[in-house]
Amino acid sequence: MSEATGTARVKRGMAEMLKGGTIMDVVNVEQAKIAEDAGACAVMALERVPADIRAQGGVARMSDPDMIQKIQAAVSIPVMAKVRIGHFVEAQILETLNVDYIDESEVLTPADYTNHIDKWGFKIPFVCGATNLGEALRRINEGAAMIRSKGEAGTGDVSNAMMHMRTIGAEIRRLTSMREDELYVAAKELQAPYALVKEVAETGKLPVVLFTAGGIATPADAALMMQMGADGVFIGSGIFKSGNPAQRAAACVKATTFFNDAKVLAEVSRGLGEAMVGINVADIPVPHRLAERGW
Amino acid sequence: MKVGVLALQGDFREHIKAATECGHLAIEVRRASELSEIDALILPGGESTTIIHLAQSFDLYEPIKEVIAKGLPVYGSCAGMILLADRIVGGIAGQKTFGGLDITVRRNAFGRQVDSFESDLEFNGASLHAVFIRAPWVEEVGKSVQVLSTAGEHAVAVREGNLLATSFHPELTHDLAVHRYFFDEICKGR
Repeated sequence: MSEATGTARVKRGMAEMLKGGTIMDVVNVEQAKIAEDAGACAVMALERVPADIRAQGGVARMSDPDMIQKIQAAVSIPVMAKVRIGHFVEAQILETLNVDYIDESEVLTPADYTNHIDKWGFKIPFVCGATNLGEALRRINEGAAMIRSKGEAGTGDVSNAMMHMRTIGAEIRRLTSMREDELYVAAKELQAPYALVKEVAETGKLPVVLFTAGGIATPADAALMMQMGADGVFIGSGIFKSGNPAQRAAACVKATTFFNDAKVLAEVSRGLGEAMVGINVADIPVPHRLAERGW
Repeated sequence: MKVGVLALQGDFREHIKAATECGHLAIEVRRASELSEIDALILPGGESTTIIHLAQSFDLYEPIKEVIAKGLPVYGSCAGMILLADRIVGGIAGQKTFGGLDITVRRNAFGRQVDSFESDLEFNGASLHAVFIRAPWVEEVGKSVQVLSTAGEHAVAVREGNLLATSFHPELTHDLAVHRYFFDEICKGR
């Protein structure tokens, strides 16, 4: 039996298994267990949720390996962790910890304002953020095995994630309606490799799973993103910055599955207590918006 | 034949595509009422803890146990194998399964994602390219369970009566051999 590990197929296949699921940010073992018990399909282990990173300011970095390993030991579902954009040594460190997915994330302070990590060299798969199709295809070209929207993290304001999902969807639909000889210019305009542009034009979808992330705080937000064509949902600060995390977590899991059933959505939205306090994206000066990070 | 694919979480769309390519009508199942319409059921890959949680929350748990007991043909891949197993090792506290297959399955037995692999193996006498993602293996089999594939020393495809389970994901490859075996050998005559 000849075995191959770390192939594009097993990296992308891992994301296929997360589809229809909710991935939750957790900062300790207790939260990780609450997330698992509520039906999260994976957790993102980090030291501070985006709302706190935003509030406290300073440089945000990869989490302490101790903290990540404690969470890995506590839950049986996949554990993801974040590295700074372009910080390939943080990624090397996370690889030795055997995390299940690495998020090269704009939520942390970028380490490189020009280049992202060359993700092909790693056995661990990567998820990367994208605000539009060109950005998504550049990340896939660098080896990302999963893409997520890049809604403004830590705000509880879903409008940016919505804009990214609409933009990516619209740009894909536009490609599918183009003549084959127009795809060369389309690739130039998207600043993305022609081969990937052609593949998207033929299949009408990204070659990897597309989740949504950033600003999702309620079951209705999760369902909105699913109806917009997301394969699944990341919820960052929305769960554990709310009044009743266990109940809200379970409600968001249910809403992600029954996203097309308004009666279920009404039922799970009842009595959740206080949602996280939100920040309007419009009130954040452009230089402080995390979605602007990534190139 | 009308094939239901449990669509609570995971890669149910890939199983629907495979069943459709085999010439069957495939539908997503999220409600107990939909179980009465189908001739066979597929439990997809995904997170077994998530799927069982949703099945219990939406009153699907007992109805699925019942249709399995009544002899509905069911195929489970990866998480689906865990859900069909009578006994599991490495689950979360109190993790239930639908059961029916007289096997003990170890969750994430091959390791974490870094250990996920693809490999050629034998299935029902022919070579098959199989994709394993944080995959379980079968640790013990009951007397009436037939082992259809092994990887190393571990059973990774098993059948007992109308129930079929694989540790790997044929729905992620273009090879329809496992799905055809399920439809042609197990569901035949329905």
